[in-house]
Amino acid sequence: MSGGWTGTVLRVNLTTGSCTKEPLNEEWAADYVGGRGVAARYLYEECDPEVDPLSPDNVLIFATGPLTATNTSTSSRYMVVTKGPLTGCMTTSNSGGKWGPELKFAGYDLLILEGRSPDPVYLWIQDEVVELRSAAGLWGKGVFETEDTIKRETGVPDASVAAIGQAGENGVLYAAIVNEKFRAAGRSGVGAVMGSKNLKAIGVRGTGAVGIARPQEMMAAQWAMKQELSEAPLTAEGLPQYGTLSLMNVINEHGALPTNNYLESQFAGAENISGEELTETRLASNKACFGCTIACGRVSRISNEGVGRYAVTTNPRNWKHATEGPEYENAWSLGADCGIDDLDVILKSNTLCNDYGMDPISLGATIAAAMELYEKGTLTEEQTGMPLPFGSGDAVVALTEMTAMREGFGNEIAEGSKRMGEKFGDPDVFMGVKGQEFPAYDPRAIQGMGLGYATSNRGACHLRAYTVAAEVLAPEPLDPRSTDGKAELTRDFQNVSTAVDASGLCIFLTFGTTLDSIRPVLVAATGVEWTDEELMLAGERIWNLERVWNMRAGITAADDTLPKRMLKDAISAGPAAGEVNKLSVMMPEYYASRGWDEQGRPTPEKLAALGIV
Amino acid sequence: MQALQIHPEKCTGCKQCELACSYVQIGAFQPARSVIRVHVFDEQASFAPYTCFQCDEAWCMQACPVNAIDVDDDSGAKIVLDDVCVGCKLCVIACPFGTMFFDKQADTAAKCDLCAGDPACAHACPTAAIEVKEIDAGAWLTGFGEKVDTAYRAAISSDANGED
Repeated sequence: MSGGWTGTVLRVNLTTGSCTKEPLNEEWAADYVGGRGVAARYLYEECDPEVDPLSPDNVLIFATGPLTATNTSTSSRYMVVTKGPLTGCMTTSNSGGKWGPELKFAGYDLLILEGRSPDPVYLWIQDEVVELRSAAGLWGKGVFETEDTIKRETGVPDASVAAIGQAGENGVLYAAIVNEKFRAAGRSGVGAVMGSKNLKAIGVRGTGAVGIARPQEMMAAQWAMKQELSEAPLTAEGLPQYGTLSLMNVINEHGALPTNNYLESQFAGAENISGEELTETRLASNKACFGCTIACGRVSRISNEGVGRYAVTTNPRNWKHATEGPEYENAWSLGADCGIDDLDVILKSNTLCNDYGMDPISLGATIAAAMELYEKGTLTEEQTGMPLPFGSGDAVVALTEMTAMREGFGNEIAEGSKRMGEKFGDPDVFMGVKGQEFPAYDPRAIQGMGLGYATSNRGACHLRAYTVAAEVLAPEPLDPRSTDGKAELTRDFQNVSTAVDASGLCIFLTFGTTLDSIRPVLVAATGVEWTDEELMLAGERIWNLERVWNMRAGITAADDTLPKRMLKDAISAGPAAGEVNKLSVMMPEYYASRGWDEQGRPTPEKLAALGIV
Repeated sequence: MQALQIHPEKCTGCKQCELACSYVQIGAFQPARSVIRVHVFDEQASFAPYTCFQCDEAWCMQACPVNAIDVDDDSGAKIVLDDVCVGCKLCVIACPFGTMFFDKQADTAAKCDLCAGDPACAHACPTAAIEVKEIDAGAWLTGFGEKVDTAYRAAISSDANGED
């Protein structure tokens, strides 16, 4: 292959222990670009949609894109693609750092994992050397210690390690895969799938080269894109200065910040957990993923030089008195959604989530749902083992640890809020879609987000169609309360975001540039002459492929919905008071705009046009 | 003289400099062959790009048994003559700063040659943590460089005065 892709897929069968290298399917690469797309195509081919996600028959794919490990800004990404245990859908969970680039420098576009190892192992990849090693001494350890141990054991400090913590081992349904300790393929339980395969970690070090098809053209195109990023307000200032947490005050002012498990939509304590507050009182440094010229990552100090109540003590060697994060999403889930306005609680719980390998969005949201049940009296202190009112930082920190270890009431939280709500007789307490908890935007205040959540192929997600950009953040935003044009808007955001995911770049690029500027980079790197339309079509193709697979897994139009609270209970106060999400207006428009039938099924004509068979 | 001045406090650890450096050398992206590297100090949350600061004494040059390290007439940079280098790695051992690298693929020593006066890493850096400057060798690393330089000059002058 000419450039961008390495052209090699690494396949590891954990049952037999065989590690083989095979050529990347070039036809699929051209049609599905890479990363999320090509991995989806492989999963479509190789994994029965009806498989039990935690059985050996599930397939776990790590995929880079053609631009991963190039000098294009934000070239750090890799996507984990598998059947997720939280949702039962094809899940696509993305991470940065430098694990993806290391895999590519080692010479592989994709890593496909099959089967289940008889004993705990970790996979070690150093360029052409690929071996499964015993993880007997690592099982039961956290992500941080696992990474340090593997680097020491292999004698390669430059290696990058993607690992699961105790949450993945214990089958927490939203366990994450964490690389470089603080970057995570966080959502939908990809860590539980890895744990079910008895695979503790994947250490990788690559020293090879990533070639490009047309170097000079590539240099000019990626430079032009970097210039745009350095001039756009969000990527030049907002994100580097305040991180994603810069959204806290903005979204709160719009009355779209879900509070106390979506019972309210504005949080009185928002300012205390905002990006401005973090930067002023805790920020040690910002930090970039590999190749990123934005650098939104946070390195934050724990207050009182580490002696505060919530100081991180589990691994004091790590960052001494500092940690990474928080992002807007987990500051919301562990903060506002639980009624907590204490950055110390958020930093502690978030750090534990990284060490245990757990998605803080689903964790925080499930704790919030439990808090609602507790306040209603549905759950008693006898059941929870602790007082569990909204606002209890003690409860959040304690439950973070108990959930990862599945101890006490943590065993219920580990199932996610849908299953927990059903078990305790109040399914309406679940705030999410297809089993996955909502992120931090109230879909009653921002209509497009509701449609995006309801139709996302991996359950509720903000990254699959970030219409907030058009409905709130744009210089001349669309009316977020109106449903006009939101079907097409959501569809287009989904297609573009999917194409960006497939390229190996970060979705945050789109805060400062557009597909118009990304396309020339992709074309120069790969030598494939995609037009803007063809890239949009590739995004649409991937989206439809995921959809078809999900429908075979049992998803129907009935699953494309929002909780009753979002559809019937109007927001009680704030700028968006009186609003509900008008999903029933948007959904038929959306299905039609997708070329799907009234039951949300892609029509045979549509699939033929996209080349999906 | 011309050298790269590095401001570690501005670095975000993105490694664009490593990508640019390897591209200039081989036309592809291969940080393992870059002659500027970013070290991440985890516990201090700081990131430090390091490369040759073209020091006056050039121990690499003095250690080389085959005179494969020369001074470029135009840029003043110390450069490795690839066709002369025999790959013995004595220069790598001699350099006190760890900025002489060994390129396993080419089987020769490799170091920063200032890209013939127009360093790609400085262009690629998104935060201006790497600057091309006309400076004394001791001012290579801001702050830290000054401290080392001051200590170094104090040591030389005390030697010259015959003091302990």
